[in-house]
Amino acid sequence: MDVLLAPFQYEFFRNGTIAAVLVGGLCALIGVYIVLRGMSFIGHGLSHAVFGGAVVAFILQFNFYVGAVSWGFIAALLINQTVRKTTISADAAIGVVTTASFALGVALISRYRRFSQSFDAALFGNVLGVTPTDIAVIVFVTLAATFMIFFFYKQLLFTTFNTEVAQVYGVPTVWIETWFALILAAVIIAAVQIMGVTMIGAALVVPPITVRLLTDSFHRLMIYSTILGAVTGLVGMYLSFYVDVSSGASIVLLQSILFCIALFYVAKIRKRRQLVETPVYGPT
Amino acid sequence: MNPLIELRGVAFGYGSFNVLDEIDLHLHPGQFVGLVGPSGAGKTSLLKLILTLLTPEEGEIQRVRPDLRITYVPQIETVDWSFPVTAEEVVLMGLDHRQNIWPWPRTRERKRAREILDRLEIGHLAGRHIRDLSGGQQQRVFLARALVADPEILVLDEPTTGVDVRSAENIFHWLTVLNKEGMTILLTTHDLNMAAAHVPWVVCLNRRIVAQGPPQEIFTEEILSDTYKGDFIVIRQDDLIFVQQRPHPHGLKEVLPDPVEGGLPNHHSVEKIV
Repeated sequence: MDVLLAPFQYEFFRNGTIAAVLVGGLCALIGVYIVLRGMSFIGHGLSHAVFGGAVVAFILQFNFYVGAVSWGFIAALLINQTVRKTTISADAAIGVVTTASFALGVALISRYRRFSQSFDAALFGNVLGVTPTDIAVIVFVTLAATFMIFFFYKQLLFTTFNTEVAQVYGVPTVWIETWFALILAAVIIAAVQIMGVTMIGAALVVPPITVRLLTDSFHRLMIYSTILGAVTGLVGMYLSFYVDVSSGASIVLLQSILFCIALFYVAKIRKRRQLVETPVYGPT
Repeated sequence: MNPLIELRGVAFGYGSFNVLDEIDLHLHPGQFVGLVGPSGAGKTSLLKLILTLLTPEEGEIQRVRPDLRITYVPQIETVDWSFPVTAEEVVLMGLDHRQNIWPWPRTRERKRAREILDRLEIGHLAGRHIRDLSGGQQQRVFLARALVADPEILVLDEPTTGVDVRSAENIFHWLTVLNKEGMTILLTTHDLNMAAAHVPWVVCLNRRIVAQGPPQEIFTEEILSDTYKGDFIVIRQDDLIFVQQRPHPHGLKEVLPDPVEGGLPNHHSVEKIV
């Protein structure tokens, strides 16, 4: 029991754990829609775009959230509009917009080397730096995302399933997609401190695809994916504390191990079913 | 009676490629209209223009009222069959989401969805994942989603593609029943024989409207050849019409060796002949 409670005497661990649980659950919840829309790369890409905005904000001496939020929202809208209004596919649009943004961040860092150290935390995640302001931002984004998903559940489901047909049935798909892109950008910005730019993509994708292996029900996928994200956030924090590795990496590694277990379990079940269902021919 | 939808001089293209030109079409209440034509003739584009998913480059499309209820059954190929939804969940998507802000359906909404599924004889499959249904059952699930919205116009894009003959007959049977009850139906199909047997008004389309009217008048060798740019045989017996494209004159049948005398054709002989 001491092993479980001991880390909580440190304020950084308490703050970090609250943030990791909320961010883990939130990323996994939003990730369900991302995976089902075949846009798994967007989390990875947008987090890189946000990094560019964060660097610009640092140089211009703006607040981190001001730079990251405006940059992230612009990148999300640019990707959304490029996909809607041109024949360019989503992955290509994400690649162009976000890599260019990340490249800008890298270029600025290499030009002003003196602060490169502080961006290691943004790249790889660092729970030590989670402040009450960060937690307030994460709580706000969690409430906003949950509100949107709860009250627009059916519209989001239909838009994700088939955008064009949803439009015919009166679903305001342009509005829904725009809001979803903005919420996604907000989630990524809120998650940067805990997961790190390089790990957010996995935190968005791995829990939903793990649960997707085990269920064919959309609402169960949402509930279990969120629980898996939150629980791996909590356990990942302990791993990070005791093994002394970055929080983002420990959470994503844990999620990946669970994905492998689920994959193995499903393969075994399928094999057993095939053996049961294969007819045996012989003398009757 | 005013048409529900009226197209006047509509033209549409993708970039410099012209897909539709000079389309004049009226869809009156209670009509059952089938669009036929070769692949690339602009059938799906025309449906999407009517559904306002596309905007015409020229001409105009008028609806009798802006709030005209139109529902759409897309081509079965456009559906993501791995998406985690059951048949009932697909049907519930068709309901007006503004009537219920909660994520879960009301009892009466589930009851309505179940009634329609039962009517289409797939009520017992409501809880099944859509991937686990046959082609005909899948098509009926999407038809049920369209019907749950209580449409004035039902638009279907190739509703019988990928389903067996019996299921196709079944789908056309349901559409005929719905039309008899007063629903206006517009569909595209590649199945000319089904269209001849079930659809009272056919529009032959190949970028322009080649001809339109009852299949008894429209399905002639001349009009079909003009529409499809190929030779057709039309056989009429009693009230039935059978349409068949004339087989290609360069069939392998004429030149393959006799199966008994010359042995079974092997890869080499076929390649040499072709």
